[in-house]
Amino acid sequence: MTAPAILPAKGAADRLTGVFWRRPGLLLLLLVTPPLLWLGVVYLGSLAALLLQSFYSIDEFSGVVKEEFTLKTYAELFRAQNLDIILRTVVMATAVTLACAVLAFPIAYYAARYAKGPWKAAFYLGVMLPLWSSYLVKVYAWKLILAKEGILGWAAEGTGTGFIIDGILSVPFLEGSSLSTSPFGTFLVFVYIWLPYMILPMQAALERVPNSMLEASADLGATRSQTFRTVILPLALPGVIAGSIFTFSLTLGDYIIPQIVGDSSRFIGLTVYQLQGTAGNTPLAAAFAVVPILIMLVYLSLAKRAGAFDAL
Amino acid sequence: MRSEASWGLKLAALGGLLFLHLPILLIFLYAFTTEERSYAFPPPGYTTQWFGVAWNREDIWPPLWLSLKVAAISTLMAMILGTLAAAAMARARFFGRDQVSLLILLPIALPGVITGMSLRSAFGVMDIPFSTWTIVLGHATFCIVIVYNNAIARMRRLSGGILEASADLGANSFQTFRYVLLPNLGSALLAGGMLAFALSFDEVIVTTFTAGQQSTLPIWMLNELVRPRQRPVTNVVAIVVFAATFVPILIAYYLTRGGSETAGMGK
Repeated sequence: MTAPAILPAKGAADRLTGVFWRRPGLLLLLLVTPPLLWLGVVYLGSLAALLLQSFYSIDEFSGVVKEEFTLKTYAELFRAQNLDIILRTVVMATAVTLACAVLAFPIAYYAARYAKGPWKAAFYLGVMLPLWSSYLVKVYAWKLILAKEGILGWAAEGTGTGFIIDGILSVPFLEGSSLSTSPFGTFLVFVYIWLPYMILPMQAALERVPNSMLEASADLGATRSQTFRTVILPLALPGVIAGSIFTFSLTLGDYIIPQIVGDSSRFIGLTVYQLQGTAGNTPLAAAFAVVPILIMLVYLSLAKRAGAFDAL
Repeated sequence: MRSEASWGLKLAALGGLLFLHLPILLIFLYAFTTEERSYAFPPPGYTTQWFGVAWNREDIWPPLWLSLKVAAISTLMAMILGTLAAAAMARARFFGRDQVSLLILLPIALPGVITGMSLRSAFGVMDIPFSTWTIVLGHATFCIVIVYNNAIARMRRLSGGILEASADLGANSFQTFRYVLLPNLGSALLAGGMLAFALSFDEVIVTTFTAGQQSTLPIWMLNELVRPRQRPVTNVVAIVVFAATFVPILIAYYLTRGGSETAGMGK
């Protein structure tokens, strides 16, 4: 015999409410199961399939995938040409991350410490819109800019600064007939596309630096540059690292940009795409896709140690 | 600490913002050029004929419909799954909570090429033929986190008291959801849905792995970029894609002004 309820249960919905009330765990389970099932089956299942494929190998004569466990495919990653691809990608991701950090800092710093009222909103939207707006359209815009007959070439000719472009294009490893076929062009587009991902966490970290600390620093006789180096920079560092996770990871995996702008030298993403598509070598493509996962795991554990996750 | 920024900082900050925005304007300019074989600047002449040409090109419409369809279905699925996940995560601490939140984030934290390649491997292993649904599968997966981020930020700001008050006044769980939770959550969900739509409509990295021979609008654009013909038509399509992402983002911004929902870390 249960105690009489003050409001008698009327229908199934009320009775269910009672059940949820007595067993909050049941409601939680009902809520979390569908998304968990989806992510568990579709996403984790796929990742497992990726790992599985990477342990298969391809028969060199027939081109058929042999479904037996082997480490042969991973061994292929250590061929000189494949190591080159991995190294080139990591160097590019590092360069892009550093350039993003340098370019993002003044924007984030101004937006966090000086911009007020409508300017603050303008800066926020000014970073948000490029972040979310169409990736492909942005890449295409750079193809227009960097083309030999494009706006940069036109401006350089008009101002007599064409020697700067020619100078860049004659540097070893950056050669090309125009910026749109030079690795420097690839680098520029990467920096442009991922820059907003660096600005936002940086700005968030800078906004958390209390004014009182800067005043204390000034009271103790520090110059502006000393305050910047010893107070602001260390406190902003977790934000920089948080942003670098995005710029680094996104550059590691991208394969559209090097395909459209650059000298068609291969990066990890592009290699994965070509191997699974035209070459039909899914096992090697899968093994290549595991490389950025491993690099990012190392990167994330280092970032976690530096306290970057609190800044996300 | 001076309250005025130095000129150098102002210039660098403003220059940075211009750097982020000016390139996109060129897309608009080149849609009106009379030169269709190169990207000559300044354009030799101006015309509006490309909009008509693009309208009559029959290879553009099927990808457009496919993109709209995929974005609509993926957004709907992501809104349901993302809201459920947010409701569970906002309510309680439970065993494995951190792992669940990592799992929700993972599709967006790892490079898209990994998500794409993983799905491609899974389709290969299970012999699933490519279809609209294989594209949706990928898109919904990375859109969940967008809706989730928006919903959970709003739920955290929502006082638990109003849910208890609703129960005290005799509403059952479903009435509370319909009359209390949903109206409070509505704009955040809509914002999340808008962003998810924008992301899905424009997605190309994962899609190339899950589409097979099908062509979404971004894939159509990618093909035109690699093998151009009638370049200004590509610009017209680029404007359409840009508008289809730009407008939802603006709406999402206005829906969540003042909150911290669209802090951008979702993408």
